[in-house]
Amino acid sequence: MAEFRLPKNSRMVTGKTWPKPEGATNVRKFQIYRWNEEDGKNPQVDTYFVDLDTCGPMVLDALIKIKTDIDPTLAFRRSCREGICGSCAMNIDGINTLACIYGMDEIKGDVKIYPLPHMPVVRDLIPDLTHFYAQHASIMPWLETKTNRPAKEWKQSIADRKKLDGLYECVMCASCSTSCPSYWWNGDKYLGPAALLHAYRWIIDSRDEATGERLDELDDPFKLYRCHTIMNCAKTCPKGLNPAKAIAEIKQLLVERAA
Amino acid sequence: MADVNRGNRPLSPHLTIYRPQFTSVTSILTRITGNALIVGTLLTVWWLIALASGPEYFECANAVMTSWFGKLVMLGSLWALSYHYMAGLRHLWWDSGRGFELDKARTLAIVVVAGSFVLTILALLII
Repeated sequence: MAEFRLPKNSRMVTGKTWPKPEGATNVRKFQIYRWNEEDGKNPQVDTYFVDLDTCGPMVLDALIKIKTDIDPTLAFRRSCREGICGSCAMNIDGINTLACIYGMDEIKGDVKIYPLPHMPVVRDLIPDLTHFYAQHASIMPWLETKTNRPAKEWKQSIADRKKLDGLYECVMCASCSTSCPSYWWNGDKYLGPAALLHAYRWIIDSRDEATGERLDELDDPFKLYRCHTIMNCAKTCPKGLNPAKAIAEIKQLLVERAA
Repeated sequence: MADVNRGNRPLSPHLTIYRPQFTSVTSILTRITGNALIVGTLLTVWWLIALASGPEYFECANAVMTSWFGKLVMLGSLWALSYHYMAGLRHLWWDSGRGFELDKARTLAIVVVAGSFVLTILALLII
């Protein structure tokens, strides 16, 4: 049964309001989720004020500015700052996205930032993705072959290569899986949109020779069929991919195979 | 993967902070209308059982069912049935591999909501 309420230790309280930058005229208010293991308290939402005149346009720019100028204890993951590493995925303004490619001009009112939803929190905006990665590993995210290795590379026609477009671009940021209510309630057994999109990416790869085994593995009421086409995954994907469609394609392949 | 001690880690907020999407709301409504219809169906069955058990009992059941509240529940059930039917058609469409692009998914959601009201009104006109 789905647990709709947050556990007692996870309920948020109002936190600290940090001082406004002096002399700034173009100020934006940020409300940011904070939690750390050391002080043993419940998570809190801190309020910060950022001077936009001395800050870059993206949400990540503001986070870095807060960490540099206001509060060095604020913890978040970031790396490439151009939407290709997937590190800075978080819940911004009610949707999951990458802080580095989400412009503050896209947000109305205060900027509310939480970690990716329904995940164990390591600290502040950093979720524990161990289980998410383990699920990805479980779908065998590699080329599985049985025939002898070719002298050079495994070849693929242009048409077959095209089938991977819209799939291979996934950066495993976990925005989609953690946007999915089905994944919230059944994430222990349901693989979630990201892992399933990757599963499909290998299923339709013309060079892969384990298609049958891959489909066998997914033919399960929980792993695959907890997807109810809620569409949050596709709506939130910061890379514009469509895991919902990939999942539907897997379902279709299973039906075709059974027929 | 290293088996790290996860300690007393909190669960990050979910339902309360995620912005409802048109598609997600129309999705959960499918389940809500489906469950609500159980109530409507049970009431209708009770009505029929009352009809079979004699005029006195039927009069009582009929009074409940045709009261303003009974009518409201039945009207709600009619809409729920229409909605659930439209959402079912949407699932069939999706099962055929179509309608996943974001603009099309939005159109489908609009069709489901609009269709549910059209079907309800049509049914009322026929009754």
